Amino acid sequence: MSRGRDAATLMAVGLIGLAVAFSLPHLVEVFVLVELTAYIVFAMLALSLALVWGYAGILCFGQSIFFGIGGYAYTLGVMNIGESTLPVALGIALPMLFAAVLGYFLFYGRVSDIYLGVITLCVSLIAYNLINSLSGTEYKIGSVPIGGHNGIPGVPVVNMPGDSSRTFGFEEVFTLSLILLVAVYIGLRALLASQFGKVVVAIRENELRAELLGYDARAYKLVVFVIGAAIAGLAGVLFVNWGSFIGPTVFSIFFSAQIIIWIMVGGLGTLAGAIAGAVFIQWLSTWLGTNKIIDPNIVLGVIFIVLVLLVPKGLQPMLVERFKRRRRSETRSDTRSETNSRLGVP
Amino acid sequence: MSKPPILRTEQVCKRFGGVNAVDGIDFSVAEGELRCIIGPNGAGKSTFFKMLSGQLQPTAGRILFREVDITREERHRIARRGVAIKTQVPNVFDGLSAFENLRIAAARRLDSRGAAELARDILARVEMTAHADRAVGELAHGQRQWIEIGMLLAVDPALVLLDEPTAGMTKEEVARAAAMIRALANQRAVIVVEHDMKFVRMVDANVTVFHQGRILVEGPTDTVLRDTRVRDVYLGKAAH
Ligand SMILES: Nc1ncnc2c1ncn2[C@@H]1O[C@H](COP(=O)(O)OP(=O)(O)O)[C@@H](O)[C@H]1O
Ligand SMILES: [Mg+2]
Repeated sequence: MSRGRDAATLMAVGLIGLAVAFSLPHLVEVFVLVELTAYIVFAMLALSLALVWGYAGILCFGQSIFFGIGGYAYTLGVMNIGESTLPVALGIALPMLFAAVLGYFLFYGRVSDIYLGVITLCVSLIAYNLINSLSGTEYKIGSVPIGGHNGIPGVPVVNMPGDSSRTFGFEEVFTLSLILLVAVYIGLRALLASQFGKVVVAIRENELRAELLGYDARAYKLVVFVIGAAIAGLAGVLFVNWGSFIGPTVFSIFFSAQIIIWIMVGGLGTLAGAIAGAVFIQWLSTWLGTNKIIDPNIVLGVIFIVLVLLVPKGLQPMLVERFKRRRRSETRSDTRSETNSRLGVP
Repeated sequence: MSKPPILRTEQVCKRFGGVNAVDGIDFSVAEGELRCIIGPNGAGKSTFFKMLSGQLQPTAGRILFREVDITREERHRIARRGVAIKTQVPNVFDGLSAFENLRIAAARRLDSRGAAELARDILARVEMTAHADRAVGELAHGQRQWIEIGMLLAVDPALVLLDEPTAGMTKEEVARAAAMIRALANQRAVIVVEHDMKFVRMVDANVTVFHQGRILVEGPTDTVLRDTRVRDVYLGKAAH
């Protein structure tokens, strides 16, 4: 029965998402759409880590690796080919391939949780330094210079598949991004509701027990890691389409840490919370940045420390738990007053 | 005695640094047999079980399941062959409900409807239906033991390894566990590590005594518990 309700909720989310995606461009100014598109991109990236860390318990400190590979793959592809269909596919496929190789060593090598975090962090630092140092004009892929620390500006926006003269405007990029975000969200919900998703959560709860029951935890984790990389890569592709630019800062520690903060704010083990966390933190840093009251990085650092110390489960689960507890104590006091009245106590 | 062995070990050893935790065990259990392993703390019983289930690799020796060498096999593969273990420290999915724990176990070999049905069935058999929706992490130690035993039932194994299954159980529960374990045998082989001598008497099966990583004696419960060497090992305390 709750299954039917879940399906109905997802259907509603999908319909509302579609309605907003197509109607909003007619209702608001372009600059609002551009701003919203940025939030959508970050929400997508947050979803990828929400799956990998929140549900599978894989503490990946370098989720931005896949975001960056996706962004660079799209950029170098579209600037070489001039048509965006294959580059978009590359922006998803290359991160998956990289995750498959990296994940194979991490999971089949049975690297422990902490070392997995350290290794993924190091890989993103290596990518950062590598790209940073390739600034000479001799470093090219095809005809396109990699650009080193300057990044690559002026990246063409996606076009209608097969028709490179029909490139997307800001409105269409917004519509596309929102549809993809909703699709990814619904897809993840379905994945997590499936037997596969339930085994993934069981592995997070107790990997040894799952294996002693006959589930190959390594394979499950690898598949989740690769799916997470696909979503992060797609977010990277959309990111380039939003700003027509990619630079090595997508591989920086700061960028990776930000994703972790989004998830911590939204709460581990929730998808909607991850989206909310990303949107809230990005909004906060933009607001602080424009108002110049205090350096946004200091605020983010403080938020991070407060969360780790005080609300380790994240805000959303804490609020839900509060709500449940209040309801429970209400029902309990109800039954108590009932027994009291039965006993003749006022 | 004519039944073929389901499990056989040849000179299995496990060293931890300088400690010979298991020191050359030749052991054999027949299809459908029920066997108790007893022995003082540190005798190597849990280490032996961990090697049988693929959690640890032996330093030397071989382990054969139905005459297939599984010494270096991955633990999930050994599980799929039909070896299920209840570990000494309960291994359950603490954050999931009692029902979901059993359903996940059953779903390894059944479709979703079959798994849910079997999970409900087993909840009733281990008398945990009232706690179906509670997170296993919130349950008492004895109840968690029952959930773990239930998970073993759900995977329908050919060989069940139980490492001190009655720890944390009440007297009535221990009797119930003994009865259930006796019922389990015949359709499958069961090896139980136990400290509780009352329980060992209730089960009344062949007993293997471990001492300092080796087998001290093997035989029917009565004979073994009367053996003076066994009494010496337990300092005479446990035999009464
Ligand atoms: N992981 C380990 N590392 C080092 N020593 C261990 C380890 N596990 C067990 N031991 C040692 O091996 C011996 C046998 O332990 P164990 O198999 O747990 O005994 P039992 O289950 O019979 O009480 C003990 O001396 C114990 O200290
Ligand atoms: Mg032990």
